[in-house]
Amino acid sequence: MTSDQTPLLSVRDLKVSFTLDEGLVRAVDGTSFDVMPGQVLGVVGESGCGKSVTMRAILQLVERPGRITGGEIRFRRRDGGEPVDLARLSPRGAEMRDIRGGEIALIPQEPMAAFSPVHTVGDQIVEAIQLHSHRWEAGGRKLSRRDARDITVGLFRDVGISMPEQRVDAFSWQLSGGLRQRAMIAMALSCKPSLLIADEPTTAIDVTTQAQVLALLRDLQAKYNTAIIFITHDLGVIAQMASYVVVMYLGRVMEEGPVDEIFHAPKHPYTKALLRSIPSLYGETRVALPVISGALPHPFNRPPGCPFHPRCPDVMERCSAAVPSLQPVAPNQLASCFLYHDQADAG
Amino acid sequence: MTTAIAGKEAEDRVAVASNWRLVWWRFRRHHLAMASAGLLIFLYLIVLVPDFFSTQNPEQTDARQAFIPVQMVHLFDDGGVSPWVPAIVGKRHPVTLRMEWTVDPKKKVRVRFFAPGYSYRVLGMFETNLHLVVPADPSMRIFLLGSDRLGRDQWSRIMHGTQTSMTVGLVAVILSVVLGVVLGGLSGYVGGKTDQVIQRVIELLQSVPTIPIWLALSAALPRDWTPTQVFFAITVILSLVGWTTLGREVRGRFLALREEDFVLAARLAGCSRMRIILRHMVPTFTSHIIATSSLAIPVMIINETSLSFLGLGIRPPAISWGVLLQEAQNIQTLALAPWLLTPGLVVIVSVLAFNLVGDGLRDAADPYSN
Amino acid sequence: MSAPPAMSEPLLDVRGLQKFFPITKGFLQRTVGHVRAVDGVDFTVNEGETLGLVGESGCGKTTASRCILRAVDPTGGEILYRTRAGKVVDLATLSSSELLPLRTEIQMIFQDPFGSLNPRMTLLDNVGEPLLVNGIGNRRERTDRVAELLRLVGLRPEFMHRFPHAFSGGQRQRIAIARALATNPRLVVADEPVSALDVSIQAQVLNLLLELQSRLKLTFLFVAHDLSVVRHISDRIAVMYVGQLVELAPTAEIFGQPQHPYTAALMRAVPVADPRVRTADGILGGEVPSPAAPPSGCYFHPRCRHAVARCRVEAPELREIAPGHFTRCHLAGEVTF
Repeated sequence: MTSDQTPLLSVRDLKVSFTLDEGLVRAVDGTSFDVMPGQVLGVVGESGCGKSVTMRAILQLVERPGRITGGEIRFRRRDGGEPVDLARLSPRGAEMRDIRGGEIALIPQEPMAAFSPVHTVGDQIVEAIQLHSHRWEAGGRKLSRRDARDITVGLFRDVGISMPEQRVDAFSWQLSGGLRQRAMIAMALSCKPSLLIADEPTTAIDVTTQAQVLALLRDLQAKYNTAIIFITHDLGVIAQMASYVVVMYLGRVMEEGPVDEIFHAPKHPYTKALLRSIPSLYGETRVALPVISGALPHPFNRPPGCPFHPRCPDVMERCSAAVPSLQPVAPNQLASCFLYHDQADAG
Repeated sequence: MTTAIAGKEAEDRVAVASNWRLVWWRFRRHHLAMASAGLLIFLYLIVLVPDFFSTQNPEQTDARQAFIPVQMVHLFDDGGVSPWVPAIVGKRHPVTLRMEWTVDPKKKVRVRFFAPGYSYRVLGMFETNLHLVVPADPSMRIFLLGSDRLGRDQWSRIMHGTQTSMTVGLVAVILSVVLGVVLGGLSGYVGGKTDQVIQRVIELLQSVPTIPIWLALSAALPRDWTPTQVFFAITVILSLVGWTTLGREVRGRFLALREEDFVLAARLAGCSRMRIILRHMVPTFTSHIIATSSLAIPVMIINETSLSFLGLGIRPPAISWGVLLQEAQNIQTLALAPWLLTPGLVVIVSVLAFNLVGDGLRDAADPYSN
Repeated sequence: MSAPPAMSEPLLDVRGLQKFFPITKGFLQRTVGHVRAVDGVDFTVNEGETLGLVGESGCGKTTASRCILRAVDPTGGEILYRTRAGKVVDLATLSSSELLPLRTEIQMIFQDPFGSLNPRMTLLDNVGEPLLVNGIGNRRERTDRVAELLRLVGLRPEFMHRFPHAFSGGQRQRIAIARALATNPRLVVADEPVSALDVSIQAQVLNLLLELQSRLKLTFLFVAHDLSVVRHISDRIAVMYVGQLVELAPTAEIFGQPQHPYTAALMRAVPVADPRVRTADGILGGEVPSPAAPPSGCYFHPRCRHAVARCRVEAPELREIAPGHFTRCHLAGEVTF
């Protein structure tokens, strides 16, 4: 990234492993990327690429038998000062709890699971707002229930929920999928986060509803200038939402760069092949699509060297022997591929 | 358009592993369950040939040898292998004039392993007189766990009680599994009115307190039935009350499986109803049924023991753990002969073993869960 | 590639298909209303073509396809199918014993490759089952046929003694396709066959389906929600909304000039995989109504920006506004959507 801004979040060589009976699964294996303040970063990849695990690591929500085994997650807190390394914080400690939900919020894929079915949606948001009162009230005074409820109604209006005064008293199961996801976004915004992680927020909803939610996120981002990490497997959603894109495969970053370069001048063979293999709304129909041959390797069975080399059309002898590191390959672009440089990662 | 799978040997082994093999691999990792399974196998060996493990006929009485204490087996003597048990000496109490027995480790009674003793029939098929351990002098009697008030050998009686109690548990569970699978399966697969009726019956059976039911049913047994008849009647009574939980579970499984894609696929392939049930649905939950049943056996054993303890189940001269514990009902006897409580210990150990095996099986039963 | 064989009698002719699910209430399970999951679906499928059936969740596309397979029994309407022997039968009214011989002709591919194969049976038993239960061939011949089928879908025949757990999602979907093809079916109903697969695997399976279709002269009813996938594979496309068919036309035409406002909105909502093309304009507001209580008149009118007074009161009929182009809209032909 050429910008001279300091990143809000900086992930460096992050490693997360899962110790299972069958062996060690290196779900994230040396991932690095930066998130600038106010930027929408798109993270794209297929199942098993480690995109969700990376996000869980940022929030310190990796569950046993998973463990962060290396790397740094430097996050610049709102109070200024030196960035904190989230990877070193205790998952249950006060500081991590304050950051999680307070400064970094998550929009999950399935909002049904994120809301408790026995409390109204409004009550749950009111509680979150009261917990983070200092973000709304300069004096640090705890907000009253009534004030917090007013804020909630305002948030509901912001996220485009009609009849917000009535809807705050609804239970999550009374709302449709689209409304539930809007309520989830309101919940995420309730603590005025500086970073929002959206983990496949539209995968479980229909295409017309998805369009509504994407438009909403875009509007909110413009209004509050919140940084967003947007995780998805859908290249269309990435193209429409992100300004900067990170492409992941088997726990490593294959390529990253501004969205236009990734879609119009991809460098890594994986990115190129992925873009070619999706049917578009404009291409020729009923003809064979160019495919990426082979299957995604089983996580216990990681190929040595570059993880993509067994499926790569441009594979060279070196690719199976060493792991290419992420290096600049164009003015704004980085790629992990020996076609462009010969820097290998140690280990 | 060929898709290659990395052909590793270990992977191939998993690839062709059937469901049962996957269950076994997972069960094997469960050390406590494996040890318990070993113990249960040993207990069922006793069930097969209790006489082999006995030192004497469990019915042999001798009022003069009442309340003889435990005679422990010692393997070594004079630096060599020469098994013996300490002898017992009796003294009449000067005040109560009762015989009081103590062990005298200085006097040794030689014993032999795998040696001939009294003769018995193995599973009613052939006759033998081979025993695990008997006194070297056939005219002697040894009491590995002491004797009761009639001078019967507690050890040999526990061996025979094991046969009865473990069999009752197993047979009762098998009967309830059959009832539960058939009725639960009918309920889940046919649905509608059948389902309603069976569900109401289950609710009725579950709402009645079990102890009074048993009491009523066993009280209704004719007093002149032979111990064998009573034994089977008790088994049937236990399973009639015990099938309901399993029936519910099987019904639930059927309901869930009916919606599975592979069951629909089988229907669309033209499979008959019978084939869908037997080939696609039942195998999917057999492992669960086995796990559930192994957790149900200890409940049956406890039930039988309680009934017999209350004098309403198996009746002497038949021997079961419950019948043996009846002997320990009297506080006075207990103070005098604490070894009469050993059947209780056996009950605890076997019930624990069944529960551990059942838990292990339940965890291993679904290799596709993750 | 090839245009559908013109003017021939259709292989499948669905007329006025309906499927209502009762809404029951209380202890006595009294019926208090109906969910009109499928309410008025008419389409034909010609031999050798692919008809794409699209719509959002709850629109009834899956229920409609399961009615054709008779996995659920339709409430009303006709499903006329021309058998291999040339006889036209109504699948909607056949008894299960009369259906049995037709099961070999109509097969299905499922969405979830993890749930559609019996995990306790080897590939040989999974793929060979349709042959076994229909009494086709002896054990040796069946084994040979399974090997042939596995080769056909791009898997090694040596894998036939493995269990499904040894395979990835894409490979399992190939196995499921092999099973569907075992009895040489003529019509294959594919219910979201690629939506559970990874992006890089989707293209492989789509290519396989296209290749198999031209090689085996298969007819596909392709049910999906992903418009780019449906567009890629279909000759003609049918769009459903709240249990009704709202538009049916050849692929190029429906994408070029959609004649129903819902179809047009659906297409605009698809995020385009190109950052230079922004898809912000004309987002459809509101929510899909419940099929238990659909709106009056045209079901789409509360969300339609072109709606006029007539749309609120009068339910439009499906009509042919150009040869082979059907739409359920009063304004079609007068307004560009």
